[in-house]
Amino acid sequence: MQMNHFALLVRTVAAWLVTLLLVFPLIWLVLTSFKTELQAIAVPPRLFFTPTLESFREVNLRSDYLHHAANSVVTSFVSTFIGLAIAAPAAYSMAFFRTRRTRDILMWMLSTKMMPAVGALVPVYVMAQTAGLLDSRTALIVVFTLSNLPIMVWMLYSGFKDIPPDILEAARMDGASIWGEFTQVIRPLAMGTLASTGLLCLVLAWNEAFWSLNLSSAKAGTLAALIASYSSPEGLFWAKLSAASLLAIAPIVVVGWFSQKQLVQGLTFGAVK
Amino acid sequence: MNRLLPRALMAPAVVTLFLWMIVPLVMTIYFSLVRYNLMQPGEKSFLALANFEYFVTDPDFGPSVLNTLSLLGSVIAITVILGVALALLVNEPFPGRGIVRVLLISPFFVMPTANALLWKHMMMNPIYGVLAQVWIFFGASPVDWLTNHPLFSVILMVAWQWLPFACLIFITSLQSLDRDQMEAAGMDGANALQKFWFLTLPHLGRPIAVVVMIEMIFLLSVFAEIFTTTGGGPGNESTNLAFLIFKQALMNFDVGVASAGALFAVVLANIAAVFLIRMIGKNLD
Repeated sequence: MQMNHFALLVRTVAAWLVTLLLVFPLIWLVLTSFKTELQAIAVPPRLFFTPTLESFREVNLRSDYLHHAANSVVTSFVSTFIGLAIAAPAAYSMAFFRTRRTRDILMWMLSTKMMPAVGALVPVYVMAQTAGLLDSRTALIVVFTLSNLPIMVWMLYSGFKDIPPDILEAARMDGASIWGEFTQVIRPLAMGTLASTGLLCLVLAWNEAFWSLNLSSAKAGTLAALIASYSSPEGLFWAKLSAASLLAIAPIVVVGWFSQKQLVQGLTFGAVK
Repeated sequence: MNRLLPRALMAPAVVTLFLWMIVPLVMTIYFSLVRYNLMQPGEKSFLALANFEYFVTDPDFGPSVLNTLSLLGSVIAITVILGVALALLVNEPFPGRGIVRVLLISPFFVMPTANALLWKHMMMNPIYGVLAQVWIFFGASPVDWLTNHPLFSVILMVAWQWLPFACLIFITSLQSLDRDQMEAAGMDGANALQKFWFLTLPHLGRPIAVVVMIEMIFLLSVFAEIFTTTGGGPGNESTNLAFLIFKQALMNFDVGVASAGALFAVVLANIAAVFLIRMIGKNLD
């Protein structure tokens, strides 16, 4: 018994130490965002200080934070909704009207996700330029939707597949139309799947940096692109950088905490259970 | 129920994905065969394989392939080994396990540009950065990470982001480990190391393979971390294939050469994808 207590103590201390060490950069980011610029570069670094909201105010005033935040919100939400609208019928069809080819189509869809983004950079850039869509929300929405579509179809398919077909049979016997079947039988059962798929795609679109950096700048730039502009500014900026980063990552980290399980399923295409 | 409806429901997704796959690919192949500079839009003369030759004989090509592979290899090694260790550490119950697991996953949700700048400035700055202060505290002289160890710095940032991902997958997988079998092995006198080697590790074989392949696909395109911190430098020390293609396309405006490079990257990614697809296919229904 004594031994077990000791082992538990060691494990607890070790796990907490390692965890705090790993998330230390994030803790430091949070602390720095509430410092003044001078405190942010103080030597030795300060753990205790009077918190100030000065940096948050500055970030909002000077770097057009809200404009970029709006870009992030619009591009990630719209791309998620369009994606769901395209993916849900497809997944529904694959899950409930299986044919010999369903499996092949699913595998092929996944394979499109395996294409490295950089492989499509040149053509997508040229197309956006030709269409006059460089630095537009439209271009980002299209690219986000397309790159998340395979994951969406896949996640929705796995979710729909778990709905027992007997329920559908019963509804059909009762004379439900396909629309009625979808809205009255499937939708209530699939709400969880739809929500978790949407959440995962929101996270992916919100954090997307490759396309945001290459296809957008001042006008359509998302928060990921705004943060990148802090790469080499002048003067003291650490507190402002931290405040801007915190505002940009906080909502999505919280969303991420609640969708961990779906994330594993979605990102591994169900290969790990 | 007619047979048309299921197809009609599937059509939008199939058609858009087909276009998303085929149009860029055809364009890339076409661009790679012609002389095409964004600064001289009109002229597109046929070059055959000259773009490929130019891309692979570029003095930055060799180092960038090497950098891509060391980035890939190091991050995969770090995330898999530490990921397994961490997952084992938090697998058994202890006070606050729920909070620890939530905290552990957090870095994965930090957008790459914020991650990169957090490390570049607050952590790795050679004067005011936290690491410099720690080095001074222990009497060592601070290191200028981004100048002297640029590739290692990028590896550290990317590994910090992907370690939680690997760890989360291993944690999920450990939960389906057969507890009875573990206990039986313990009764039969197997020590912790033997149990790990003969029971846990084989059980983790599949998730490890999945993590390796998914990271291969994503890490082949590491871009934002390099773009915001080192800019591929100093020289070409932290330039990977993705960044080299970006430089050719959007800094030198040479679409032809960039496309040749992109095809090279696609081939590399497909080597990983073939195995992953096959494995997922086996697991399907």
